[in-house]
Amino acid sequence: MTATCCSKEKDIMILACSGGSNVGQLTNQAAVELTREGYGKMFCLAGIGGGLSGFVKSAQDTPQVMVLDGCQVGCAKAILEREGIPLKHHVIVTDLGIEKVKDRRLDMDPADVAKVMNAGKSAMDAGAQA
Amino acid sequence: MEIKVLGPGCPKCHETEKLVREVVAEKGVDARVVKVSDFQEIARMGVFSTPAVAVDGVVKCVGKVPAKAEIAAWING
Repeated sequence: MTATCCSKEKDIMILACSGGSNVGQLTNQAAVELTREGYGKMFCLAGIGGGLSGFVKSAQDTPQVMVLDGCQVGCAKAILEREGIPLKHHVIVTDLGIEKVKDRRLDMDPADVAKVMNAGKSAMDAGAQA
Repeated sequence: MEIKVLGPGCPKCHETEKLVREVVAEKGVDARVVKVSDFQEIARMGVFSTPAVAVDGVVKCVGKVPAKAEIAAWING
């Protein structure tokens, strides 16, 4: 997590469910890769879930928030809703045709990571046009 | 009361600190205003972007220069 000062453009906040399945871990890896390439910044969903004021306020005050959920359970979405944070750019990995496999391997195909990253970017673009 | 102004030190951070100090003086409240530029401390408070303001440990705004009316409300609140 980095705090930038006076940046000309507001950073995109990226929140991943980072859940304990292959699709949850895909959200985590996509968030990491999007951060590395400079598209946005991954932020701590756990801090928001814990109700820590800085994390909650950061999510409330950031205009562009990308939310990545692994599956239809929608844990990330539920956390934001509980804190009254509007959900504008939401991706569910299983909706992209990627099957949830609840095994202990947590394997990830790089092509699937790229698919989640692209879906996240598309969600942001769609929100910007809305 | 302790008011922390969080930010590395850009013009917006300085403006925020100035406004906070002005409001504290105008209201005559007993408050300690602290400028925090240490990244580790800013990160520990869960701040995504700066400037940010925390009153008695509770973060009140993130990524913008607050209006004086907002600051006054936090102090009174």
